[in-house]
Amino acid sequence: MIEPAKLSDLESDDNNGKTYELRLFVTGASINSIRAIANLKHICESYIPGRYSLEIIDVYQQKDLAESEQIIALPLLIKKFPMPQRRLIGDMSDTAKVLKGLGISTKSE
Amino acid sequence: MSLKSSNNSDSPTGSLPKSPTGIAGLDEITGGGIPKGRPTLICGGTGCGKTLFSIEFVVHGALLYGEPGVFMSFEEKSEELALNVVSLGYDLEQLQRDKLLKMDYVRIDRSEIEETGEYDLDGLFIRLGYAIDSIGAKRVVLDTIENLFSGLLDQGILRAELRRLFEWLKGKKVTTIITGEKGEGTLTRNGLEEYISDCVILLDHRVANQISTRLLRIVKYRGTVHGTNEYPFLIDEAGISVLPITSLTLEHDVTSDRVSSGIPSMDKMLEGKGFFRGSSILVSGTAGTGKTSIAASFVHEACNQKKRAIYFAYEESPQQIIRNMRSIGIDLQQHVDSGLLQFQASRPSLNGLEMHLLSIHKAVELYDPQVVALDPITNLITVGSMSEVKSMLIRLIDFLQSRQITVMFTALSLNTIVNEQTDEGVSSLVDAWVLVREIESNGERNRGLYIMKSRGMKHSNQVREFVITDEGLNLVDVYLGPEGVLTGSAREAQQLQEQTGVVLHQNAINRKDREIERKRFVLESKIASLKEEFESMQDELNRTYVEEELRKEVMEKNREQLTRNRHDE
Repeated sequence: MIEPAKLSDLESDDNNGKTYELRLFVTGASINSIRAIANLKHICESYIPGRYSLEIIDVYQQKDLAESEQIIALPLLIKKFPMPQRRLIGDMSDTAKVLKGLGISTKSE
Repeated sequence: MSLKSSNNSDSPTGSLPKSPTGIAGLDEITGGGIPKGRPTLICGGTGCGKTLFSIEFVVHGALLYGEPGVFMSFEEKSEELALNVVSLGYDLEQLQRDKLLKMDYVRIDRSEIEETGEYDLDGLFIRLGYAIDSIGAKRVVLDTIENLFSGLLDQGILRAELRRLFEWLKGKKVTTIITGEKGEGTLTRNGLEEYISDCVILLDHRVANQISTRLLRIVKYRGTVHGTNEYPFLIDEAGISVLPITSLTLEHDVTSDRVSSGIPSMDKMLEGKGFFRGSSILVSGTAGTGKTSIAASFVHEACNQKKRAIYFAYEESPQQIIRNMRSIGIDLQQHVDSGLLQFQASRPSLNGLEMHLLSIHKAVELYDPQVVALDPITNLITVGSMSEVKSMLIRLIDFLQSRQITVMFTALSLNTIVNEQTDEGVSSLVDAWVLVREIESNGERNRGLYIMKSRGMKHSNQVREFVITDEGLNLVDVYLGPEGVLTGSAREAQQLQEQTGVVLHQNAINRKDREIERKRFVLESKIASLKEEFESMQDELNRTYVEEELRKEVMEKNREQLTRNRHDE
């Protein structure tokens, strides 16, 4: 039996301790892409400084990724780690939603 | 499946270039296919065949028209799709290996996605563009792109992006099929028809009287003439077939060749030669009048002439028909064995009318017969209304005539009073109409047969008695006496009476002959005696004449003697 309290401890431990593995898919230098990169970097620096790795991929350069990564809408941010995997689309201007999507609780700050 | 369907991708000048779908019948209705290089919307309710339709479009494109295709599915996984169409003989995996097809399954899961601001569908564009370029695709299917609406929240962005997508596809010069689920009061749930203005095809699936019919209608086809009716279509082991498969015009060739009805005396009623080849013949009559026998005899005769025939039985099983016909001296089994005759028996309620029509089509296309019999068409009424049966028969007759196949229908008329205009209303469609009716008199029922009509030939207007014997069918002249039409035993009595008359008459003639002979004899002897009389008279005359001469001579001598005597003195 796992106690509920323990489970939540584990989760928060994970979120606080582990490194976020992020991949951002963009399309060249489109307005949305530039905004998304800027917004995301700002959020990461503000909330999880030093605890993330961000890979920015230009889909135009690697078109085959579109199919293998199930890309439809861009810009797309995939949170590879920690689990569960999440997909965020848009220019990341809605900070609250980005944080929710990444599983970063604002209360801990 | 027939692949003869139009292959005119290079349409005549002036008309819209079209991309053939390879779906039997559809290319005829649309005059060559769907608009080339433009998007076409195919909409309809669940399970109406949208996906299959679009798969056939890309597969036919790849296999028949040398146009590779991209199939982007928003609903089913590629493997599932491939499995679904294995039964149609399509190997999607192989096509993908051959670079003729590219399958792409787009998965959108609402729960996984968080929308955090402005976005666009560039990902989809890149993905699709990459797929198109990788195999040089000319055809694209987006099945069902509307699923994006449930996956993404921002309708404004989505609509703008879809509009951009369709424009982009046009720019790419690929022929696209977009499928859409039918909505309430609109063609598609999310109004995709607003963006696709070139061609919209609506598929429908209706169930009436527990029998389902699939229907296809071209709602809109800009810049081209197209059939506007609802066309029934079928999905079976060969895929989709739209009816009519035949032409929609009345332009088939005609011939004045004749085919025998199998009953010599009936042929005699038809200028002694029988029916026209490629014509349609209706045999109608009440129960038990021998309609099946007429049809069987017709088929039997055709097979004897080494023609191929198909017998569609909707009432009896083939074995039953063969057994029954043997009792009247028609052996159909030999033709079945020699491969000239095929039976296609099914209960009418097995399928809807359209399915029946298609199975007839298929059997005819496969077997290529010269003669077809349908027995009886009246049973089809159980699965369709009068007008549906009529429209089916019109199309069937049309189809058979275009192939110069002679067809015989039998129809059961339920009322004993001959109603000249019923019989499924097909009497106006058929070329020849043979009516068999009961004639009941003197406590027995007999069959009277007459030819109600036979287009394009002189035909007897006589009612004949139709007799079924151990040796087959025959028609006998009925007797028209003071008591009316005589048939059956009354006719036989009349025949006996006439035979007696003939004997008596002959006897009378013989007596007269003998009398004349006698008279001649008398006359001849008279002539002989007169002749003798004349000869004796002639003899008499001759004698007198000779005596006269002698006397003259003697007198002369005497006078000379006297003269001489005087001189001597």
